[in-house]
Amino acid sequence: MESEVNIDLSQFHEVFFEECSEGMEIMESGLLNLTSDSEPEVINTIFRAAHSIKGGGGTFGFAEISNFTHGMETILDGMRNGNLPVTPEVVELLLAALDCLRHMVQASKDKKPIDTELVAELHERLENFTARTSGAPVSETSQSAAAPAISEAEEEKEDVSVWNIAFYPHENMFYTGNDPFRLIRELQGLGDLEINVNYDRLPNFDEMDAHNCYLGWDMVLRGDVSRNQITEIFEWVEDDCSLEITLQEKVAEAEVEDVEADVQVRAADEPRSGRRRSDRPSFANQESTSIRVGINKVDGLVNLVGELVITQSILSRVCNNLGIDRDEKLSECLDQLERNTRDLQEQTMGIRMLPIDFAFQRLPRIVHDLSKSLGKKVDLKFSGETTELDKTVLEKIGDPLMHLVRNALDHGIERSEVRLAAGKSEKGLISINAYHQGGNIIIEISDDGAGLNPEKILKKAREKGLVDPNEELTETQIQNLIFSPGFSTADVISDVSGRGVGMDVVRRNMTDLGGTVDVDSIPGRGSIFTIRLPLTVAILEGQMISAGDQVFIVPLLSIVESIQVSDKDINEVANQSELYPYRNEYISVIRLREIFNIKSDDEHENRSGLLVVIDIGGRRIGLYVDDVVGQQQVVIKSLEQNYQQVPGIAGATVLGDGAVALIIDVLGLVQASQS
Amino acid sequence: MASILLVDDSASMREMVSFTLKGKGHTVSEAEDGVEALEFARKTSVDLVVTDVNMPNMDGITLTAELRKLDSYKFIPILILTTETGSVKKEQGKVAGATGWIEKPFDPDNLLGTINRVL
Repeated sequence: MESEVNIDLSQFHEVFFEECSEGMEIMESGLLNLTSDSEPEVINTIFRAAHSIKGGGGTFGFAEISNFTHGMETILDGMRNGNLPVTPEVVELLLAALDCLRHMVQASKDKKPIDTELVAELHERLENFTARTSGAPVSETSQSAAAPAISEAEEEKEDVSVWNIAFYPHENMFYTGNDPFRLIRELQGLGDLEINVNYDRLPNFDEMDAHNCYLGWDMVLRGDVSRNQITEIFEWVEDDCSLEITLQEKVAEAEVEDVEADVQVRAADEPRSGRRRSDRPSFANQESTSIRVGINKVDGLVNLVGELVITQSILSRVCNNLGIDRDEKLSECLDQLERNTRDLQEQTMGIRMLPIDFAFQRLPRIVHDLSKSLGKKVDLKFSGETTELDKTVLEKIGDPLMHLVRNALDHGIERSEVRLAAGKSEKGLISINAYHQGGNIIIEISDDGAGLNPEKILKKAREKGLVDPNEELTETQIQNLIFSPGFSTADVISDVSGRGVGMDVVRRNMTDLGGTVDVDSIPGRGSIFTIRLPLTVAILEGQMISAGDQVFIVPLLSIVESIQVSDKDINEVANQSELYPYRNEYISVIRLREIFNIKSDDEHENRSGLLVVIDIGGRRIGLYVDDVVGQQQVVIKSLEQNYQQVPGIAGATVLGDGAVALIIDVLGLVQASQS
Repeated sequence: MASILLVDDSASMREMVSFTLKGKGHTVSEAEDGVEALEFARKTSVDLVVTDVNMPNMDGITLTAELRKLDSYKFIPILILTTETGSVKKEQGKVAGATGWIEKPFDPDNLLGTINRVL
């Protein structure tokens, strides 16, 4: 008797869904690469992914997912076995089915209803396809062929049947891990069992191989037992033994040698159990080499380490001030602590790092679908896929990347005939390259298409009132117009690159992450979009600046340079805004003191200071500060979690001396200063 | 209580089967595919193997055949836990030396029952 096992399945759901997503990514990239001359492993990989989702769906209580995937699996199985040719048609169907599956998984995950119409439609298409392409439905092969025919007259229920069972295992039965003793034990569970051991086959002792089975058994089983129940027990050994099961008429008691039989059976069990015991001590409980942990646990750790870094730096400073660092032993310990803290921080941040190809996975599909609907030919190339970056950053660059690729395909790459006429290869190329540079990750999305057309952009921008009709702009400025809100150069707004929301959103996303996006383009040759992002969002390379008695942090990444200025260089313009002539252009000046309303009684105010030139998406502004204090890696603390959102402030941090400094959100600051 | 080697490429499946087995006091070692399992088996012996069939790198049937070549795995029960229901696959499993076949969707009672029987 086994006890009922009650397991709360929902505890596995998260892992299952995650696995589904991974599986679907694998299927998608496999399908996109699938052609009639693909390696068999491509199909096998897709099949395995579908198979896993189907199995998991059934196990974890998502029958719909399981059933649906079964339909896909059937087709994949047909292709795997060579019964079905790989055609673009079937690939398209499977891709459509995959989208539907994705919807089902997402809906199940969000505990929302599944769009049954969509599912039914695709299910039907899958079934029709299977029925149409193969005379005999392939799915039949996966139907259970287990149950043997059961139609003998002897199956008729009799209260007590008497069965004769002659069971003679082949010598090598132990090699399948099967054990006659277990089978006999199971027979005993069915009814009253008489066992006769036949040891005719037993060789002389010196010829005996302890690994072989030499015994046979003639047994009589009495009870309310059907033939099926008996054959089921022997199902897995029927090829490794000779087995005869016959129904006896009411017979007289058979001669029995109970005691002896039992002893012999135990003897037969000996080699196996003996070996097992002796091996056991060498067993060490090894787990697989990786573990899955909730991201909140990792974040908790990252946070704590952040606190530790701060405490450590306060501690060094305090010790320094007290002069106790002159104690050699103590100062050695402090150095050690600093090193360890830094290593710990690095290692901890490393946990959150993932290769960037997670963000690339969706792109091939988009290019595949889009190039088809646009009637363009294009190759997509990746390099630097293993470049790592923080999970949070990674998750947030997916959409912007997708948008840039769409944009390159929609606006950049030309149709084949245009390309040929321009002396280019028929097929366009979009390449994405990722690499580390300093503490940043650089992602370049380049295409060999038409490039940006400055006249067209400028004309459009003027029409939209984004640029003053008489304003003269540099080429870089014109190119940067495409990131302006409400700008779209497509003559007809296409479904593809969105509806005029796009590039500005891309830029906003990058700025939110503390990064930048720029474009460089040569008309007729192509464009290159460069994304520059910090590796992590939890730690910032900060430049400390001061205004009055306050210290602020500006992301180092956004600073172009800091220059000494005197007030006479700053020109006030009519509408009270101030401009500074900076390398052939006028940049607007924002005074930190004014923005944050910092008054101080010293004479320092507005005499001379430093202008920190900041780049926000190709546009430059000057931040007027009292002084530039120094650089420091700071741990970002959210202001919203502890207080509320403040325009122009991205967060706060604790400095080495224990003081709190606000981190400036440059873009927010500009917007705040304009209003 | 037995030591069990569990082989499945699906993490959710491993987690669930492992949870079920550990609940009965068994110790469970996990491997993600046949290659990893075999590597483990060369160093460590167990009382029972439960393996999936469809896995990357090395499938469960090949794994079964390979395990049977190892001294310490010659006689232990090897159960196949799979979504495969085809008789051809089952036959291949038998030939390779599997002790039993459990079909997914996986039912904890069924698995534990089978394990109790073969151990």
